[in-house]
Amino acid sequence: MPDTQAFLMLSGTLFTVGLIGVIIRRNMITVLMCIELMLNGVNINLVAFSYRLSSLEGQIFSIFTIAVAAGEAAVGLAIIIQLYRLKNSVNIDEVHELSG
Amino acid sequence: MEMMGEMLSQLPSLVFFLVGTVAVASSILVVAMRNPVHSALFLLLTFLCVAVIFILAHAELVGAIQILVYAGGIMVLFLFVVMLINIRDLPDERMLSPFWKPALGVGLVLFILFASVVRTGSYATEVEDTRPLRTARVAVRSEVTKTDEGRSVRRVTMGDRAVGNSEALGMALYRDYLVPFEVASIFLLVAMIGAIVIGKRELYSMDEETNPQFITDRVAEEKRVKEASGA
Repeated sequence: MPDTQAFLMLSGTLFTVGLIGVIIRRNMITVLMCIELMLNGVNINLVAFSYRLSSLEGQIFSIFTIAVAAGEAAVGLAIIIQLYRLKNSVNIDEVHELSG
Repeated sequence: MEMMGEMLSQLPSLVFFLVGTVAVASSILVVAMRNPVHSALFLLLTFLCVAVIFILAHAELVGAIQILVYAGGIMVLFLFVVMLINIRDLPDERMLSPFWKPALGVGLVLFILFASVVRTGSYATEVEDTRPLRTARVAVRSEVTKTDEGRSVRRVTMGDRAVGNSEALGMALYRDYLVPFEVASIFLLVAMIGAIVIGKRELYSMDEETNPQFITDRVAEEKRVKEASGA
C-alpha cells in the first residue's frame, strides 16, 4: 500500500495544477474546471488521512465537499451562460464591470 | 507461491503510481488544451483516476459517489454549457492571461512549499488498534490490519458485527452528522433554485421594466467605443 506521503504529494500536485489553471487561463469554463481539479485534490487529502487515522470522518467531509462542488458548478455555469448572453464572450478579461 | 504473495502486496502501490501519473498528466492537459471540449474530456479522465485512488484508500463509497456525481453529473453539465456556447463563433484570441509567467512561478513555489511540508512533516502515528469515531453515538470502528502476506485489510465493525464501508458511512452520516447533512440538502436546493433563476433568459431581456439601466448603458457605450475604434 502506498504511504500517506504519496497520497499527499498527489493531492498537492492536483491542487497546484488547478490553481495555476485558475490564474492563467482566460476561458471562464476552463477556470471552473480548474476549480473542480483543486477540490478533487483536497478530497484526496481528506480520504488519505481518513485511511491513515482509521477514521470515517475524512470520508464524510469529502462527501460534503462533493455536494458543495456540484452546487458551485451549477451556479457558476449559469452565471457563465448569462455573461455569454450579455457579452457574447467567455473571456474572463471582458468582465470588468466592478473595475477589478 | 511466496513470490505471488509478494507481487500481490506490491500491486496497490503499482496501481497507485500508474493511476496517479495518469491523473497528474491529464490534469496538466486540462489546463493546456485550447478547446474547452478537450479540457472537459481530460477532466473526466482525471475524475476517473481520482475515483480509483479513493477505492485504493479503502473509501469505496466516496469513489462510487465521485464517479456518479462528477463523471455523471458535473461533466454532463460542463459539456452541455460548452455546447450552448458556440466556441467556433468566438474570436480567436490568446489563451493565457498576460501575466502567466509570474503565475506559473507562484504555483511552482506553492508546490515546492507543499512538497517540503509533506516530506519533512511529522505525522500522527498510524492507528493500528480499533478506535471509535470521536463523535460517534453508534460505535463504528474501523481498523486496518496487515495480513501475513503484507497486504493491508480494512475491517469496519459496528458493535460486534462487521459492516461494509457504505453501511458504516451511512450510519455516521445519518446519525452523527445529521444536521450538516440537512444543511447540505438545503444548500443544494438553494443552489438549484439559484441556477434556474440566474439561467433564465428573461433576466436581461430588452423589456424596459426588467432591464437594469446600467447594463444597457454599458452595452451601448461599448458598442459606440468599438465602432469608433473600428472606423
